[in-house]
Amino acid sequence: MHKITKATLALHDLGRCLIAERHLSAIRIISRGLVCAQHGDDSGKNEVYDVIISGGGMVGSAMACSLGMDPNLEGKKILLLEAGNKKVMDEVPDTYSTRVSSISPGSATLLSGIGAWEQITKMRCKPYKKMQVWDACSDALITFDKENLQDEMAYIVENDIVVAALTKQLDSLSENVQVKYRSKVVKYTWPMPLPSSRIRSMGPGHTGQRRDYSNQAADWCRWTKLNGEAAVWGYPQSSGTMTNQAVVAVLHLSEPTENNVAWQRFLPTGPIAMLPLSDTESSLVWSTSHRLAEELLELDEESFVDAINSAFWSNENQSELIETAGSVFRGTLSAIMPFAGSPRQLPPSVAGIGPKSRVMFPLGMGHASEYIRHRVALIGDAAHRVHPLAGQGVNLGFGDVACLTQLLSQAAFNGKDLGAIQHLLEYETERQRHNLPMMAAIDLMKRLYSTNVAPVVLLRSFGLQATNMIPTLKVNSSSIYIQTYLPVHHSEPDHHTDNINHLSKLSSASTQTPPTALFSDYTELYFSGVYNFQGSEPTTMASKFSPKFSVTKSVWVGCRAGPRAADSGVGLCFHTPFITDHSCEMALFPTK
Amino acid sequence: MFSNKFGRFLFGLYSRKAAAVCGVTRSGFSWTAVCKQRTLWLQRSGCVETPRSTVPCHTSVRSASQTTVDPDEVRRFQSLASKWWDEQGEFAALHAMNDLRVPFIRDNLLNVHTTRHPGKPLAGLRILDVGCGGGLLTEPLGRLGANVLGIDPVEQSVGTAQLHSSYDPDLHDRVCYRACTLEELSAVEEEEDGQFDAVVASEVVEHLADLETFAFCCSTVLKPGGSLFITTINKTNLSYALGIVVAEQLLRIVPSGTHDWEKFISPVELERLLESNGFSVQSVQGMLYNPLSGAWCWTDSTAINYALHAVKLRDDPQPDQAEESGSHPEEHTAATHS
Repeated sequence: MHKITKATLALHDLGRCLIAERHLSAIRIISRGLVCAQHGDDSGKNEVYDVIISGGGMVGSAMACSLGMDPNLEGKKILLLEAGNKKVMDEVPDTYSTRVSSISPGSATLLSGIGAWEQITKMRCKPYKKMQVWDACSDALITFDKENLQDEMAYIVENDIVVAALTKQLDSLSENVQVKYRSKVVKYTWPMPLPSSRIRSMGPGHTGQRRDYSNQAADWCRWTKLNGEAAVWGYPQSSGTMTNQAVVAVLHLSEPTENNVAWQRFLPTGPIAMLPLSDTESSLVWSTSHRLAEELLELDEESFVDAINSAFWSNENQSELIETAGSVFRGTLSAIMPFAGSPRQLPPSVAGIGPKSRVMFPLGMGHASEYIRHRVALIGDAAHRVHPLAGQGVNLGFGDVACLTQLLSQAAFNGKDLGAIQHLLEYETERQRHNLPMMAAIDLMKRLYSTNVAPVVLLRSFGLQATNMIPTLKVNSSSIYIQTYLPVHHSEPDHHTDNINHLSKLSSASTQTPPTALFSDYTELYFSGVYNFQGSEPTTMASKFSPKFSVTKSVWVGCRAGPRAADSGVGLCFHTPFITDHSCEMALFPTK
Repeated sequence: MFSNKFGRFLFGLYSRKAAAVCGVTRSGFSWTAVCKQRTLWLQRSGCVETPRSTVPCHTSVRSASQTTVDPDEVRRFQSLASKWWDEQGEFAALHAMNDLRVPFIRDNLLNVHTTRHPGKPLAGLRILDVGCGGGLLTEPLGRLGANVLGIDPVEQSVGTAQLHSSYDPDLHDRVCYRACTLEELSAVEEEEDGQFDAVVASEVVEHLADLETFAFCCSTVLKPGGSLFITTINKTNLSYALGIVVAEQLLRIVPSGTHDWEKFISPVELERLLESNGFSVQSVQGMLYNPLSGAWCWTDSTAINYALHAVKLRDDPQPDQAEESGSHPEEHTAATHS
């Protein structure tokens, strides 16, 4: 439906990208989190940037902060282009905004590494400890939680707050990161002589979809233009071509409760989720067909509240057969494993909704077959777009940010041209390996749960119950965000033993836990490069910290200096001499 | 596509055959040969020195001294001059080698020069890249903050290098190129006590017939305590089998005759040569190229390719704090040259 237009280029300088800037009123949606690593010539002022980020939403701003704070990229100039206005939030508004995201602990670590997480927690965020997911067509349910409800599972944060916190961080980075608001990329050009140059234009002729929130998910149609080969799925209804929509609202609960559970129920028309915002309010995300969504929006407030409550509470979709089969299966399983499983809880009931907070937005799923081209990388929703049922969309994006920052930092430390294809390819491989299975799983869940045909219902309810009861399956399915990126602290001790002492000192100082306990959560330890330690192998070095460690992979991790690393508690790195002995360089990646 | 990937094991940038003139062989070395060479060199430099000092940068090699540069080699590299920066082309293996040699140089220099500049780790250092070719190694070093001078006798290569470095505004002030030979450069430098913090000669030494001159010139242009980085090929049966037979004759990756096995040098010999010229070898590490993945990796065996780091000794034998690297004790050989 959209073709890539190829046009001849005007060359200003070879190896530079010419960006024409237009200042537009923000109705159209800009690409979110599109990273261009190249030099740009601003035609008006002839400024050159090393990295240009197009799209200043959560992921784009996080990328800008992350690059700006990386010590290996110090001195590089970074530009962030955002079509909307600057989001300043001096004080948090009383009403909750309707667009919220679930931030996983890994994303929280990334955000704390760039200094935005403290802002967010100061403003407003709601940790939740448990998530209950159950079926409308049967009794099957599964709950996810950490042991003993001690740790948070994830956080619900309003998108506006995340962006405001990131904007504040960007303000403090103004020497190397420049942000231009109300500006949007109209055209990218690449110089001619390079073999893979293409022109991508998102020109004025293209009509965008009207969106109520300008910084949110990308307009998926655009990406076909950008990529040429993007796989796009809308979620159409069987009857028509309308894509599924999600209805969001802020709900007022009927009575205050210790609101730390996230609820999600799979209805045949789509999942409905209630995410806690505070003791009295929750956020609603109801994905359903276009027609139903429109109907829901047209209902008056009382009927809408009734619809929500019945969606969560009613059992009309369950048939006798399935109920009996379900209970038999559950009985069998509990005979085998009497202590497994979890009691069913019912979500809180809803009394009202926030004023003017009912809106809908279209859903889709899409994946770019290539995340990178010459001097271009896609991150965030520009590269992958998922259904909100797993709460992973922005977390995948933050994972992209972490990975790409690390690779660019390493490339800069090796003196490479930042736009070189070699490390961009590494980014693409790594992220696709991580994102594709996740997206496939989410899509599978979506399709599995969108019917109420008996055999499928039986199958999925057995599956869900089994997963709930068998711990290993549950752990695997709950490790939604597997790899967390840790900021590391650059220190320079002189000798081997000093390194270890220094490591211990730092770790105990920052977290007030003894080093062994600190590292006991870590199951993998990454070393950078190939080093010979004075008489000892990297494995010996690793085993000093925990017998569970093994050297599995060599990867360079960019260093982040400064007190912030200490805030998140872990992650230590010493400088290394290359071949000989002494200190090692390591980064700690917890895999939980 | 794969044939490109099968890239180069061994790469030459240029060759200089200085030995032919004075008949110094490389199979061993003797003091007399060194002295004789030095005398001849001084005589030669004496007659070219005057015009040298008045002629600016871009001197054509051929007009200066036909004897140090082999015209065949120059011609061969002239034809390849435009292909330097094609990362999947003939020089793909050299591009891949940057993943090893840049960290090698960077980390060893950081060991010695301990002041840290985030973002520009090599800031303030002057580096000479001998046989820079198209600037494949010069540019990353420049991006790391060093002031790099790249020299190569093949003018076209220098032209390509200059063009490519003009694309990146970061490199403007820090990277420059000159089409000349090391001897010519060291003749100019001899008045001062050596200007460079480091000399890099990557994939160069296997094309030289006369290494004593090379080592002497390196010593001249280096500051005391400065570093010399060499990557080259070992002289073993394995390197003959893989580097000459397989690469040149069987697969015809490298044009036949690019490498001469006789010119390869083993790390032990190179170490001996350098130490006789006032260097102390700090580390030697083997490198291995995997033609399937197109990537290099470090290895324990120096049987084929290896990298070497040596440090120019200071005249006075006391250890300097800037020279500490810990693993090898300083070899305080008496200075044998003035």
